[in-house]
Amino acid sequence: MTNLELQKIANEVRKGIMRGVHSAKAGHPGGSLSAADLFTYLYFEEMNIDPENPEKEDRDRFVLSKGHTAPGLYSALAHRGYFPVEELLTLRHVGSRLQGHPCMKETPGVDMSTGSLGQGVSAAVGMALAAKMDGKEYRTYTLLGDGEIQEGQVWEAAMFAGARKLDNLVVIVDNNGLQIDGKIEDVCSPYPIDKKFEAFNFRAINIDAHNFDEIRAAMKEARETKGQPTVIIMKSTKGKGVSFMENNAGWHGKAPNDEEFAIAMADLEKIDEELKKAGV
Amino acid sequence: MADVKKIATREGYGNALVACGAKYPNLVVLDADLAGATKTGVFQKAYPDRHIDCGIAECNMTGIAAGLATCGKIPFISSFAMFVSERNFEQIRNSIGYPHLNVKIGASHAGITVGEDGATHQCNEDVALMRTIPGMTVIVPADEVEARAAVEAAIDHDGPVYLRFGRAAVPVINDNPDYRFEIGKGIVLKEGKDVTIAASGICVAEALEAAKKLKADGVDAEVINIHTIKPLDEELIVASAKKTGRVVTVEEHSVIGGLGSAVCDVLCAKNPAPVCKIGIDDTFGESGPAAELVVKYGLDGEGIYQKTKEFLA
Repeated sequence: MTNLELQKIANEVRKGIMRGVHSAKAGHPGGSLSAADLFTYLYFEEMNIDPENPEKEDRDRFVLSKGHTAPGLYSALAHRGYFPVEELLTLRHVGSRLQGHPCMKETPGVDMSTGSLGQGVSAAVGMALAAKMDGKEYRTYTLLGDGEIQEGQVWEAAMFAGARKLDNLVVIVDNNGLQIDGKIEDVCSPYPIDKKFEAFNFRAINIDAHNFDEIRAAMKEARETKGQPTVIIMKSTKGKGVSFMENNAGWHGKAPNDEEFAIAMADLEKIDEELKKAGV
Repeated sequence: MADVKKIATREGYGNALVACGAKYPNLVVLDADLAGATKTGVFQKAYPDRHIDCGIAECNMTGIAAGLATCGKIPFISSFAMFVSERNFEQIRNSIGYPHLNVKIGASHAGITVGEDGATHQCNEDVALMRTIPGMTVIVPADEVEARAAVEAAIDHDGPVYLRFGRAAVPVINDNPDYRFEIGKGIVLKEGKDVTIAASGICVAEALEAAKKLKADGVDAEVINIHTIKPLDEELIVASAKKTGRVVTVEEHSVIGGLGSAVCDVLCAKNPAPVCKIGIDDTFGESGPAAELVVKYGLDGEGIYQKTKEFLA
């Protein structure tokens, strides 16, 4: 898939996020938008998966350790064909398969229930370990927030993955720089993130979260890395694509009202027009 | 009871894991640096490729087990009850309970019979916590025979199971050909008509001792082994309470939230009857030899006998 095609899909994923969160009148748009390109790349380019057979035994696994950005994951899954895109409008509604945080029992394509920060990464380590124990080729990807890595369990998991040389595991950190209470370096700085993971025997790769060439190269490097797990630290813009949400911690966990929703969708339509001009 | 064979229930845990290893190739065992003490070391020796020592990181061990379970493994996570039910409670709740993953929790060194290590290691609240998790099965075996049976039943059961084992050697009471273990089914060890004594874990043997003493006083006690706290054998408890009219519960656990509370819940709803809860009375434990602590905290045959007498007076 070309970068332009991926950008086009990522923009649709972003629209799905906005529709879902607006319909729910709740949810986490900021971190969903910052990771939208990553979700798109994983589900449309990187992972060995089959939407017709979501539990295929040898599929690659994805664990959304930063489970609050479920709207981003759901939107990518819907656009990939796991369930109808219209279903995104049921997000967080009573009786919906789309719970506020991912639930593997409810949603096709969700490999692990998450939402309590720091826990998903351990489950991903368990999946990578299972592949090693069974001599299987599948790979496991997990996405963490940069605030999430303040959780001690993340480092328990990192120590184990590094010690066990789980080179079939890719940990991705969405480094949008903001958490609920403000800038991560003001709240409790996790920097330098790469050096910390390197100390735990990870290959660390720093990239721009919104550059598909860099995402592609990092994923390739991760696949070629043997004897150690990989961490991809992607510098991102929280709220990416929606003008008034960009780099604003206030949009971590808040839904747009009708007026704000209209502006957001207009912003994303503008991106569509630019992509059309570029040929997609 | 000097002539009675005594074995710790944790021994049954380790032995059963080894015995089941060949039959269940997906069985894997995870430890947090206590494989020797929890008795899973024997499994490690027999099946080194299926034993994972996670180091001293119980929360991560819990999540790893969840991930392994999603890939078809049947993981047992193992440590002292304090560290594999309380430290990681939220991990069990969210990463295992909520997705109803097939992870078994083997908790050894439960209760005050940890002994000399003292209150920090004496876990008297685990049953209460585990009972609150939807879909969690909670089993407290009474002896080594029951511990082995419970492990195999847990493997056959699809879903999370909490298994509680002890450190101290306790009398083997179920070593007979008629013994059958079924999750959720209590066992009447002695029929009686004057009072029901429902006990769990290592208190079952002590309850039998208490019943002997009561008999000498002309009190005919019914003794029931409630090895499964959840799902509780409500039918058996209600039937026995209807017959005797009064119920004593005995457990090596806080009187808040454990077997006693579970029994009260069912009797309140289905057959109101006076209940005397014997257990750890809303207090922390302390250091000392296990046998002495059992006496001090009134969980021995004599202590149960005395409290039952007071209750019936």
